[in-house]
Amino acid sequence: MQFPESWLRSLVNPALDTAALAHVITMAGLEVEALAPAAPPFTNVVVAEILAAEKHPEADRLRVCQVDVGEGAPVTIVCGAPNAAAGLKVPCARPGAQLPGIEIKVAKVRGVESFGMLCSTKELGLEGAADGLMVLPDDAPVGEDFRAWLNLDDTLVTLKLTPNRADCLSLTGLAREIGAITGAEVRLPQSADIAPTIGDSVAVQVTAPAACPRYLARVVRGIDAQAPTPRWMAERLERSGIRPLLAPVDITNYVLLELGQPMHAFALSRLQGGIEVRLARTGETLELLNGETVELAPDMLVIADTRGPVALAGIMGGQPSSVESVTVDVMLEAAFFAPAAIAGRARRLGLATDSSHRFERGVDFGATRQAMERATQLLIDICGGQPGPVTEAVADLPRRDPITLRLARLARVAGVALDAERVANGLVALGAQVERHPDRLVVTPPSFRFDLAIEEDLIEEAVRLFGYDNIPAQPPAAPSFMLPQDETRLADDVLRRTLADLDYQEVVTYSFVDPAWEAALDAAARPLPLANPLASHLSAMRTTLWGGLIETLRYNLNRQQTRVRIFEFGRVYAGLDTQPLKAGGLALGDVLPEQWGANARPVDFFDVKGDLERLVGGTLDTRRGNHPALHPGQCAEVWLDGRAVGWLGALHPRLVQAFDLPSAPVLFELDGEAVARRVLPRYASLSRFPQVRRDLAFVLDAKIPAGELLAVLRQRAPAQVRAIEVFDDYRGKGLEHDQKSIAIRIVMQDTQRTLTDLDVEDAIQLLVDAAQRQCGASLRA
Amino acid sequence: MRNPNEIVAESLAAIQGVADLPALEQVKAAYLGKSGQLTELLKSLGAMPAEERKTAGARINEAKQAVEAALKNRREALQQAELDRQLAAETLDVTLPGRGLGGGGLHPVTKTLSRIQALFHSIGFEVATGPEVETDFYNFTALNIPEDHPARAMHDTFYLQTGELLRTHTSPVQVRYMQNHQPPLRIIAPGRVYRCDSDVTHTPMFHQVEGLWVDETVSFADLKGVLADFMRNFFERDDLPVRFRPSFFPFTEPSAEMDIGCVMCGGEGCRVCSHTGWLEVLGCGMVHPNVFGHVGIDAERFVGFAFGLGVERLAMLRYGVDDLRLFFENDLRFLKQFN
Repeated sequence: MQFPESWLRSLVNPALDTAALAHVITMAGLEVEALAPAAPPFTNVVVAEILAAEKHPEADRLRVCQVDVGEGAPVTIVCGAPNAAAGLKVPCARPGAQLPGIEIKVAKVRGVESFGMLCSTKELGLEGAADGLMVLPDDAPVGEDFRAWLNLDDTLVTLKLTPNRADCLSLTGLAREIGAITGAEVRLPQSADIAPTIGDSVAVQVTAPAACPRYLARVVRGIDAQAPTPRWMAERLERSGIRPLLAPVDITNYVLLELGQPMHAFALSRLQGGIEVRLARTGETLELLNGETVELAPDMLVIADTRGPVALAGIMGGQPSSVESVTVDVMLEAAFFAPAAIAGRARRLGLATDSSHRFERGVDFGATRQAMERATQLLIDICGGQPGPVTEAVADLPRRDPITLRLARLARVAGVALDAERVANGLVALGAQVERHPDRLVVTPPSFRFDLAIEEDLIEEAVRLFGYDNIPAQPPAAPSFMLPQDETRLADDVLRRTLADLDYQEVVTYSFVDPAWEAALDAAARPLPLANPLASHLSAMRTTLWGGLIETLRYNLNRQQTRVRIFEFGRVYAGLDTQPLKAGGLALGDVLPEQWGANARPVDFFDVKGDLERLVGGTLDTRRGNHPALHPGQCAEVWLDGRAVGWLGALHPRLVQAFDLPSAPVLFELDGEAVARRVLPRYASLSRFPQVRRDLAFVLDAKIPAGELLAVLRQRAPAQVRAIEVFDDYRGKGLEHDQKSIAIRIVMQDTQRTLTDLDVEDAIQLLVDAAQRQCGASLRA
Repeated sequence: MRNPNEIVAESLAAIQGVADLPALEQVKAAYLGKSGQLTELLKSLGAMPAEERKTAGARINEAKQAVEAALKNRREALQQAELDRQLAAETLDVTLPGRGLGGGGLHPVTKTLSRIQALFHSIGFEVATGPEVETDFYNFTALNIPEDHPARAMHDTFYLQTGELLRTHTSPVQVRYMQNHQPPLRIIAPGRVYRCDSDVTHTPMFHQVEGLWVDETVSFADLKGVLADFMRNFFERDDLPVRFRPSFFPFTEPSAEMDIGCVMCGGEGCRVCSHTGWLEVLGCGMVHPNVFGHVGIDAERFVGFAFGLGVERLAMLRYGVDDLRLFFENDLRFLKQFN
């Protein structure tokens, strides 16, 4: 909400300068979002009249003007504006004036001495047409200081009001609030009841009384809708961000700002029969003031005449019945529409109006009549006309029940005891009725407060009036208990740090992605679609981290990064109950950063597998698998604790091409919970006896994975075998083309004795036999 | 008998003349070996008359000692030279960079989240989490934001075609947690939140940390104490000014916005604080009884406070980042500045 400071100060004028007043308002919970001068600073500009304007003897486009600046003798001013002419009233900057960007001095212009400058709006930094001199109205007082005359030393205040404080969406409400906070006297505009001079009225029938508990209508005949809006009113409207249009409309807008009561003026001749306030019927439409025709829903409240809806109640009037410059007779409307009957409708229609904004939050149902009288008075004063009597339909207005505020409860929530008398006085200043008891206050809130219904609401008001800053900030006292620390589940931060230490950079990508990425990575993916995405490339919830990671890879490749190692720790989304945490990453480019001391080599599957083994803190069980996004020959399903927990592999060449990548990144994505699991270490006694190592080279079918051979050996190994590891994978010379040689290191040790040669030979034979039988592997000659 | 002194002189010259240890050993053999010249001389003593033998023996021994001393010196010198050569040969250019992997790093949002968690953890807040794809009930209704409440318009909500929504704040975690735990409670809930808004100062996804403390004796004064303590520790500024302004959140009452003195300009007024000297950093308040009602906690017996802070905002202030969007562009040149 925006308004000029001068308007507020005409109602309440605490002894505080602008900044201090803004601070007080902000600290009362009505946040001052901006303070802006009504006009840029300039000095020494007066209202002047051009008495004569003659062509400059030396220059065709200049004129030599004789200007009355209110000092008796006219002064000579050379002017280049095309509209400079005798009889015009214009702003005149006197010698010594400071204008935005320039200082005015007495100067010779082509031989003629000029004593000042006649100004355009642009030269003064004001809004409006920049062509030529700013033309002032005929009644502008010559010689008067221009700023004072236009009240330009004013400040535009913008408030960011919270939805609970609808009562402050008017100057009256703000003045009342500031009066309560500062103790300054509040002088609200008074409006007496206006006696009707004609008997004309419109019949009002409210068939939705719950939605419209109060409706006031009044006919005013014989107005001059084209009467000029007075300058003071136009100025206040403009400085409140509302463009003056036509006097009757300006008046209703003015009352809206002044009292917070949205009003509407109908062109009486466009209404047929009486007025009905009812819910819209299915299929009804209405052409609104903004020119749009909307289809009405059965939960929308309308003002209708016998032909159908003429206004969308509390939101916007209809175009056909709107007041125009030729309108002579009007019907003024002031109503209380229940917040629940208005809320959400405007938004559904893509509308946001000053009226709906207020009705949704709550308009003072105790001031409807006052607004009607105020608007009528202004209308008669400005546009003339004959008022009829007020027609009023009233049903059940909202209740304002007494609320008990227990002083002990207040002290407990606030953390400090507040003085009961001060609390009571503050609530009274806010318009509440307060009954004082030794241990409690019984408070009946005023009709304009829709946010006071329970004790907590009053606690907030009491603390607010006391001042949040006056509540001490104290360290809480609470029993000290240690927090549980699960040693078998690493913290996410530890896992992140591990990947970072393995030279992966953490990234954070959007949870919504381009559904095309999802489909490219897995044609069977069914990502959850957003109903209202910001853009199509952010329209589906990711089911894998890879889309965002590949996009991040592309982004960085395009910025001359040739080695990219990134990871993300985040959720993927399959539904309300399925939003698992994933650890995903990719690597592309050299395995090491370019350096003098190591040969460059592109990162490969096994580099990343090694990284993941660091991550899970042990060897990684990888099995051949098929993932549609991965190279079929370089794709592994990762198993932990007997279950598949993710994938590791090189991006499929088809996708390398589709994503326009220079080569295939190695990708991984593992279940975040699974990688965080650890087993609590359990000590086993160390053997005092020597260990024996034997190396075996097996020749076997190249298609049999080493993992299979290892599994067979490990399964068959007697207890003394402590480790069985691969240390070489050889293919080529000396072997058939479909064979390979896998070299295995076997370490044996007994806890009770030194192993004999026979023990070792027996164990080896057992293993060799198993390899032969189950993998067709033979010892290499 | 040859004059031992001559032999000594001759041997010393030979010792000085050798270039390496093997040559030195040969010289040693030539004079002190089994058939070395001095050894031979000693052998010849036996043939001498007893009265000469004593003096001759003494002279030979002196000569032998002189040669041995020379040998030792020369050996040490040669060994030292050999070591010097080896050390010179093995000398590295220690100014060259180290070898191996580079260092990755954590995203600045993660760093900030960790810092926030660590600070709250230090006074007993546990971490709780909740779903990001949420229901209307948890995101709004249970937080006292009924259908059509104007506060809903302040949350530009993303909806899914399936009817769920993307949580607009981390506050639903409060509700879920309180449904399953009885007071006293002390939690923070960090995570992603979503609003359909995207411009210079808004990204459609960002991070919040929700905080909740429910107990029998928690008060607004405690809320102020905890949050002021947090901000001062987060920014490591004991003199950081803080202030609390009345505000409105449907799920807290009284509600407050917390401002801190601008950490960029020290309160002088700058672009970051819109020349106010203050920065709005979080919203907070006392848990609304309707929220307790939704989760079955006795609002008469228990009081609680809650707060929600924007992680990116704190990260920007802490690290001087001037563009929110940088956090989600994931430009490695940006991210590596935080390693």
